[in-house]
Amino acid sequence: MATAFCYGDNVDTDVIIPARYLVTGDPQRLAPHCLENLDPAFASRVRPGDVVVGRRNFGCGSSREHAPLALKGAGVAAVVAASFARIFFRNAINIGLPVYESREAAEGIRSGDEVELDPRAGVIRNLTRGEEYPVRPLPAFVQEIVAAGGLMNRLRAELREGGEAT
Amino acid sequence: MAMTMAERMLADRAGRPAVEPGELLEAPLDLVMGNDITAPIAIEAFEAAGATRVFDPERIALVASHFVPAKDVSSADQTGVMRRFARRHGIRHYYPEGQGGIEHTLLPERGIVVPGDLVIGADSHTCTYGGLGAFATGVGSTDLAYALATGRTWFKVPESMRIVYRGRRGPCVGGKDLILHTIARIGDDGALYRSIEFAGDAVAALPMEERLTMANMTIEAGGKVGLFPIDECAERYAEGRAGRPWRTYRPDPGARYAEELEVDVAAVEPQVALPSLPSRSRGVSEVADVAVDQVFIGSCTNGRLTDLREAAGILRGRRVHPETRLIVIPATQDVYLAALREGLLEVFAAAGASIATSTCGPCLGGHMGVLGRGERCLSTSNRNYVGRMGDPSAEVYLAGPALAAATAVRGRITDPRAFLGGGD
Repeated sequence: MATAFCYGDNVDTDVIIPARYLVTGDPQRLAPHCLENLDPAFASRVRPGDVVVGRRNFGCGSSREHAPLALKGAGVAAVVAASFARIFFRNAINIGLPVYESREAAEGIRSGDEVELDPRAGVIRNLTRGEEYPVRPLPAFVQEIVAAGGLMNRLRAELREGGEAT
Repeated sequence: MAMTMAERMLADRAGRPAVEPGELLEAPLDLVMGNDITAPIAIEAFEAAGATRVFDPERIALVASHFVPAKDVSSADQTGVMRRFARRHGIRHYYPEGQGGIEHTLLPERGIVVPGDLVIGADSHTCTYGGLGAFATGVGSTDLAYALATGRTWFKVPESMRIVYRGRRGPCVGGKDLILHTIARIGDDGALYRSIEFAGDAVAALPMEERLTMANMTIEAGGKVGLFPIDECAERYAEGRAGRPWRTYRPDPGARYAEELEVDVAAVEPQVALPSLPSRSRGVSEVADVAVDQVFIGSCTNGRLTDLREAAGILRGRRVHPETRLIVIPATQDVYLAALREGLLEVFAAAGASIATSTCGPCLGGHMGVLGRGERCLSTSNRNYVGRMGDPSAEVYLAGPALAAATAVRGRITDPRAFLGGGD
């Protein structure tokens, strides 16, 4: 069970982690500043396993991978949004932060709701409101990257097979 | 099957006869780019995965641009990670401060990226190279790490949308105004997961610098890539600077687009984007007379020589308003040197501007012009999100270089057309 933290449209990567903190790639050093320009209380209130919910175009703007790293470092288990900006989506998959597209969930969930993610069943359950929302499955190729534990594990496997990447 | 320009490029590079939107494919890359913020994470991942060799040291560009000259100890250390990696692997296109500048101005200018290329860069404004007709898109550090080792990446074939610009633009209307106007029309996610193809007689007449400005801000509408035609203008620009042969791609007649729209260029005024989204752009005549504390002219969007000429045209013989400060940052060392030789830097200095060495600096609230609480800035950069240039209570307006220069003189958001004909 997870508590939802809900935000609006166009949650950009500058508010997820402002550029002044991009002097490290360490998730633990980034986490205390996660979302501080949007919700200064977030970093102190979020608990491991909680879920961030956005509306349209979540993660727009800069390609900084520090954004999903900061969310992951803060203990966020997944991000749910009506739609994601493509670079953020790719980065989250690549570092193993689950991201789920669901317009219904983005509209139905309110901050503080208790939610349960069940991607295998293709649903997100809102335990507070007794509602269920469908989740769009990830493309098979992307699921493979997730199953491998991120893109770098795929590289490790290729390096083992080929002896050297060429 | 008739394909759009983006589809044609991806099919060709992936070695397939045809591709369709939504298809996933893997393709070899002509160039892989990283900067001082994104490369260090990639280098750590590259080494942690056990990679020992880059795919090709000639096809990698590592550019120190964001926090250079080092703004603090951590950023100095971070840039050092990239510098040591570049030396160890013999990276040909490695540029420290003083020798390069902002990557998205530098790589086209030096012919390191050429028309028809397939490029990924760990920076969202990598889409700038679409101005040359290169399929170039931004990624994060992990994708960069994978590409450094393998020279490949995976793509989802985007849906294509076509935007046709018709007519003659009015005075003080440049590529920046056209793209701000377009983003206001289609929205911050109007091109999400899509490729934009820019077309029409007004695009054919657009110089390369302004094409690069427009392609640069494709990401501000969520686009994956923004492609300009590989026409005479692109070939003229590439000749004499391209470090490699280039390829020419065109959309097929009858290609299918998910959306097509037309822009009547003659009806577009100089634009201003209000805080805190690029899509909040409107004609300057609809913008209130707002006083600003700072004006910034620079960035990968509008820090080229042509931009500085435009600004200097207004600032020559005038002074920056006493209650406003003006920061001018040529985007690359080459632009800096040319602006010096042309006397543009003298115009800016005499007007009371602060001139800095090439860096992304203030655009992302890094250094060299960070905004304090409640301050207001008009900037020629690309994003005006909350907290983008400093404190979250600061406000950022976006515009082109002429409007920025006019605003610096008056200290309030000003229509640059008021300065035409030499009258003030």
